[in-house]
Amino acid sequence: MQLKINPNDIKDIVEFINNYDKKTIKIMEVCGTHTMAIAKSGIKTILPENIKLISGPGCPVCVTAINRIDEVLALSQNPKVLIATFGDMFKVPGSRPGVNLASLKSMGAKIEMIYSAMDALLIAENNPEYEVVFLGIGFETTAPGTAVAIKEAKERNIKNFSVFSMHKFVEPALRVLLDSKEIEIDAFICPGHVSTILGIKGFKFLADEYKKPSVISGFEPEDILTAIYKIIMQIEKNTAIVENEYLRIVNLDGNKFAQKFIEDVFEPVDDVWRGLGVIPRSGMGIKDIYSDFDTVKRFDIKLNFEDKVTICKCGDIIKGKIEPKECSLFAKICSPENPIGPCMVSSEGACAAYYKYLRF
Amino acid sequence: MEEIITLDYGSGGKKTSSLIEELLLPNFNNSELNELMDGAILESKGRIAFSTDSFVVSPYFFPGGDIGKLSICGTVNDLLMCGAIPKYLSLSFIIEEGFKIEHLKKIVNSISETAKKCDVKIVTGDTKVVEKGKGDGIYINTSGIGFMEIEGYAKTRINDGDVVIVTGNVGDHGVAVMSARNGFFLDTDLKSDCMPLIDLAKTIFKYGNNVKIMRDPTRGGLATTLNEFVEGTDLSIELIEKDIPIAQNVLTACEILGIDPLYSANEGKIVLVAAKEIAENLLNDIKNLPEGRNASIIGRVTSNYKGLVVLKTPIGGSRILNKLTGAQLPRIC
Repeated sequence: MQLKINPNDIKDIVEFINNYDKKTIKIMEVCGTHTMAIAKSGIKTILPENIKLISGPGCPVCVTAINRIDEVLALSQNPKVLIATFGDMFKVPGSRPGVNLASLKSMGAKIEMIYSAMDALLIAENNPEYEVVFLGIGFETTAPGTAVAIKEAKERNIKNFSVFSMHKFVEPALRVLLDSKEIEIDAFICPGHVSTILGIKGFKFLADEYKKPSVISGFEPEDILTAIYKIIMQIEKNTAIVENEYLRIVNLDGNKFAQKFIEDVFEPVDDVWRGLGVIPRSGMGIKDIYSDFDTVKRFDIKLNFEDKVTICKCGDIIKGKIEPKECSLFAKICSPENPIGPCMVSSEGACAAYYKYLRF
Repeated sequence: MEEIITLDYGSGGKKTSSLIEELLLPNFNNSELNELMDGAILESKGRIAFSTDSFVVSPYFFPGGDIGKLSICGTVNDLLMCGAIPKYLSLSFIIEEGFKIEHLKKIVNSISETAKKCDVKIVTGDTKVVEKGKGDGIYINTSGIGFMEIEGYAKTRINDGDVVIVTGNVGDHGVAVMSARNGFFLDTDLKSDCMPLIDLAKTIFKYGNNVKIMRDPTRGGLATTLNEFVEGTDLSIELIEKDIPIAQNVLTACEILGIDPLYSANEGKIVLVAAKEIAENLLNDIKNLPEGRNASIIGRVTSNYKGLVVLKTPIGGSRILNKLTGAQLPRIC
């Protein structure tokens, strides 16, 4: 092992990691954007065999239960409803093979692809004849944007706008994974975007309670490699702290302004995660004072909390139990053209990352 | 009141004639068209290339061009990529009722200018008008005939050791249209690269069969085109990521929009595979043209991975570059 390394020189770091052979280390990258960046930059192709990167439950589309997809698809058939959604949700299949928002749009359902919750609000204003439903997907990163749109809708008294909140908190899912002991995780690369909102303290529980070395990382290949290097260093020194590699963005307390928006509009509710089942207080339900903007209440949707077993292994992939290529459907009948599960659809899904970048 | 296209303009009657005589003929003045027969009767020599393309881009005016310019460049460039010099084009409009005549004039003007630049004649055409709500402003189809200048471009001629060259920054068109559609980055200088590739192609023609294949990487972008070169063969293309020219503003926009510039459409670039012996000379010739100044050797043909395009990343890793699956961007050409 190289002894003298300049931690600011990426070549040194690559060489250090490449030659590290002391211990087997399993690192979970929580965030789907990291999964993509790791595959895209070729990091997996330069890691030694004893360092494993496992994808975590941080792809918002992937962890959305198939029941919710079915409920959304059913709602899109209401002729008064116009669904506004981020592009990732377009091709996620429900229980019926081949049926997704894209296919229903081709058959006449009103579905618009947008880039922010505020776009959905604008669509509502411009189309008073429709009930505009925004699909609220994502963790603490996208939830503040949704909260702003809901507040604005209330202030401006826009009556034809509501949010189907499938937003989730990251922490409860990580606790479930660690408590279940189904998989071994030695360390974490913490999600950069979520950390922007929650701050370093949002992930302190990983080190304090579970004694897992954790590094908050940005999304450039250099960031991720530095995070891996710092994790190895912690393990070598037998410490477990939360380090912040993403200094240029993340601070101790996070974005209090954004946190306040989440607190104002949402409250923790029990929610079902694909592969993980119902996790208490892991979902973001819309508070009663904003119930006029809650799609579930407005359309009286009876949410199904069963964690349905699907033929693909997305559930196990989300938990980091298996790698995409270990699913018997992978690249055979499940591909981006014909996705069976959300991990293949989402631009942040582990299967999509493997299929796109690593199927040598 | 603003002048607009009504159904009368597509009826074949008086209004249609006025459109042809007042707007179209003066712009495309040539003896073949002026006959106004049911079709054009043309001179030819030897073998010809024939190509067609329809244009439905939304919005029809975008930074760096419009649907008119695009409709000429598209077919002209396709003919060039066949090894032909474009000579004649047909031009058909499908216009939605209510379309502003002022917009049509602007589009016709840009068609006429681009055709002149390419030295092609528009020799036949058609105009149809559909009811309001049955179209999206304007659609254009062009077909074209070119005289063969050089034959034999084919992927079967690609060999291990050949070099891959791209004639400039990639991804501009797709990103510019996408931004224009969403109203993003309007204050930036993001621009479509839409342009005729005549001078570039003529330069490349000079290298004869030392150039194995060339393509303009439109829909699906550079990555998809390169996959088509090696798909189903025993060869692979290995690209060096840092050598692929991409403008900084395109990279930034792509990051925000969540798209990959290697899959974003180009309308003014050529990607080609050439024998390594002539690659440097060819690159220099291309770089001497203003539209080729950012040209670069971006990779090599190898037999390390069967039928794959593999990208070597700046940190020394590698990943595969698949063909585009599904639509990255709707309606960009």
